[in-house]
Amino acid sequence: MPSRLKASLMRIAQAIPVVVGVVIISFLLTRALPGDPAVYFAGASADEASIAEVRESLGLDKPLIQQFFLYTGDLLQGNLGNSLSSGQPVLTDLAKRLPASLELTLTALILSCAIAIPLGVLAATRPGSMIDHICRVLVTAGVSLPTFFTGIVLIYVFYYLLGWAPSPLGRLDFIYISPDQVTGFYLIEAALAGDFEPWLGAVKQLILPATTLALFTLAPLARMTRAAMLTALGSDFIRTARAAGLSDGKILYGYAFRNAILPVITTLGMVFSFSLGANVLVEKVFAWPGIGSYAVEALVVSDYAAVQGFVLAMALLFVALNLVIDLAYTLIDPRIGFDAR
Amino acid sequence: MKIGGGVLGASVLPFLKVLPASAAGKDVLVAVTGQTINSLDLHRTGTNRASYQVAVNCYDRLVSFGTKEAPGGGLSYDYSVIEPELAESWMISDDGLLLTFKIKSNATFWDGRKVTAADVKWSFDRAVSVGGFPTVQMKAGGFVRPEQFTAVDEETFTVALDRPSKLSLPDLAVPVPFVINSEVAKAHATEADPWAMEYLHKNPAGSGAFKVLKWEAGEQLIYERNDAWVGGPLPAVKRVVLREVPSPATRRALIERGDVQVSFDIPNKDAKELEDKVTVYSTPIENCLYCVGLNTNFEPFRDPDVRKAIAYAIPYQEIFQAAAYERGSPLWGGESSITDTAWPRKSPYYTDMEKAKAHMEKSGYAKGFDVPFSISLGLADWMEPTALLIQESLRKLGITGELEKIPGANWRTAALVEKRLALHLENFGGWLNTPDYYFFWAYQKGHLFNSSNYENPEVEALVNETLHMPMDDPAYAPKIMRLFEIAFEDLPRIPLWQPALNVATNGAEGYESWFHRQLDIRPLKAV
Repeated sequence: MPSRLKASLMRIAQAIPVVVGVVIISFLLTRALPGDPAVYFAGASADEASIAEVRESLGLDKPLIQQFFLYTGDLLQGNLGNSLSSGQPVLTDLAKRLPASLELTLTALILSCAIAIPLGVLAATRPGSMIDHICRVLVTAGVSLPTFFTGIVLIYVFYYLLGWAPSPLGRLDFIYISPDQVTGFYLIEAALAGDFEPWLGAVKQLILPATTLALFTLAPLARMTRAAMLTALGSDFIRTARAAGLSDGKILYGYAFRNAILPVITTLGMVFSFSLGANVLVEKVFAWPGIGSYAVEALVVSDYAAVQGFVLAMALLFVALNLVIDLAYTLIDPRIGFDAR
Repeated sequence: MKIGGGVLGASVLPFLKVLPASAAGKDVLVAVTGQTINSLDLHRTGTNRASYQVAVNCYDRLVSFGTKEAPGGGLSYDYSVIEPELAESWMISDDGLLLTFKIKSNATFWDGRKVTAADVKWSFDRAVSVGGFPTVQMKAGGFVRPEQFTAVDEETFTVALDRPSKLSLPDLAVPVPFVINSEVAKAHATEADPWAMEYLHKNPAGSGAFKVLKWEAGEQLIYERNDAWVGGPLPAVKRVVLREVPSPATRRALIERGDVQVSFDIPNKDAKELEDKVTVYSTPIENCLYCVGLNTNFEPFRDPDVRKAIAYAIPYQEIFQAAAYERGSPLWGGESSITDTAWPRKSPYYTDMEKAKAHMEKSGYAKGFDVPFSISLGLADWMEPTALLIQESLRKLGITGELEKIPGANWRTAALVEKRLALHLENFGGWLNTPDYYFFWAYQKGHLFNSSNYENPEVEALVNETLHMPMDDPAYAPKIMRLFEIAFEDLPRIPLWQPALNVATNGAEGYESWFHRQLDIRPLKAV
């Protein structure tokens, strides 16, 4: 499909000004943060001379505009700088932590879709029924319980009281030696290596945090599915289809669901990007070495390079995500094409 | 697939293999902490406090401190006893200006090479040259220039001092002057990086009790015992896994269940509540005080009666319960006459609103005034309840104001560098455990922890005289007692309590508390 490829390239080209804007804004915003990283990182008993030394070694003594050009120069060479708080190159940090966050978020979203979409469909086909009420209760509970609270409750019940869950110690229990970085996705790496035991270990560690996050992301998805299905089921083409005597299954899944899935995909994209950055509380509770807690830690100590790297990575991820969603639209609904816009 | 013994290094372990669960028995300890390690090299710019433990556990110094029973149970380092680590023996010349160390002839680095005086010199040169915190800490002991250090022969190392000081030898036992394998380091040094900062940041090269098997920043650090260690008694455990778990609630669940054996630096509240379930050590931190700072920049605080009124108005006991959960030692309601040089010590003040009001009446601000109370958000766990209780009490004296919460990254600039906070809280603790050292940092003009901008010519003179004076000098005690008198009379800092470092263990013993407030894993044993 060359036209689709061309359109995709066009979309990527359109993202360039966005990324440039993000680079400038993230640079300026981090500088506008309160706090002086030189003083902070000079350590407990640093005097003025040593603070000045630190400032110089961080390049913070130079004028802002010069700092900016140094930063963009490095950026063009693929160097995101060094994070002071983690002591690692930002690129290494991101390469390690982004997969951790993605693994958690994707698992949570798959789990959440697997529950939310059937639930929404059922609730829409039987409005006012028991299942509709269950859907409503679950949705309200999911939204109103903050993730750190759900997380701690789950740890308390399933780890502390029942002892079913493994120690909430991050991605792998300490009895496993974590792999050297390849993709960063433990489930994939363990599966590729054909090691069932560590794979199971990684899955076990994932269950509680993914459930916590899934409970939270369930709500918008189930609500959206229900609403979209109701709209679709009440529309003219369904009435026509029913009049034409098509089977219930065909009407429900062939016509109504296919139309209703578009807004659900849109919501899914929003929920995904939102939860990737916002699951910092889940990460903290489960000692998950993800990108959210990394960004927050960096922000608190004015770790410029790390914050900028995080914002940039997120911006690129969003660009890619939007592209994927747009492509998904065209696959689901043939009426939508890139050429139309 | 499982492997036995845990004797293989991670580098030879195939991907994602399992250590036997039973390995978490006598040979392996798992510890959790809320802090994150950001470098394996203490000398590097930006190395945080949690990383100091690598210098302690993986490197040796020439000397170390002894061990004593800590108040409140458990063990603590003993400032008064200096013990050999890499040095077999040492001599101080009669004029106190030359320290001569004889290095243990059987001491080797991890790569098997003998530890020589040249390694010590290179490491000390590095500490005084790299700038930042290590250089400042070296200066406290009188070590400022590389020329002071000489490798006389392979096993003899000398330090020439500019003046004799009682702080010199103890300052060689703090984490900073650790001994690096200079051959390995030099092989990785470049023109732009003569001290191999980039290499040692991730690859320690020492002679210490433990090697770093694996370090994953933000996740875990795995220590493995160095069986050839001669710096002290060989550690009982082969491997220590240190996991970073940010949430205190999760750490608490882990230690209660016994899945981890040590939970380091737990909140005061958990320490109090866990006491019946697991072993909790709450060791008061030596030479550290939590106190209220009254900045002399702020006009009303120049009035001695206002300062005393505040000191009498503070609800000490309530604060100690609400903010410290009674961990640590109270520092109020002491004797009014000073007869010894113990520090931290109780101030002669206590909660008495009548006295507070009387002092306020006498002052030039009988009607009260408005002053913001500044606290750090990074230390809000104790600062917030403390500040709120003090504010509530001060309102009865007509002293009102906002609670100003300053982000952690900003706190140091505002409180210590610019020293612009009128009414605030401060938590300095000195590594070298002598009162004069505390006064040097916290009461002398312009010094970093003098957040109150305090200035008193007599204090300046007394601190300068006592800082390097031996503590058994007959002139020492009277001068120090005079310093205490002035501190309690002038009150730039009102002591509240001496904080404690809380550590919970469940299945481990031998914990020893250190002034550097990091986990020393060397004496730990699994039970």
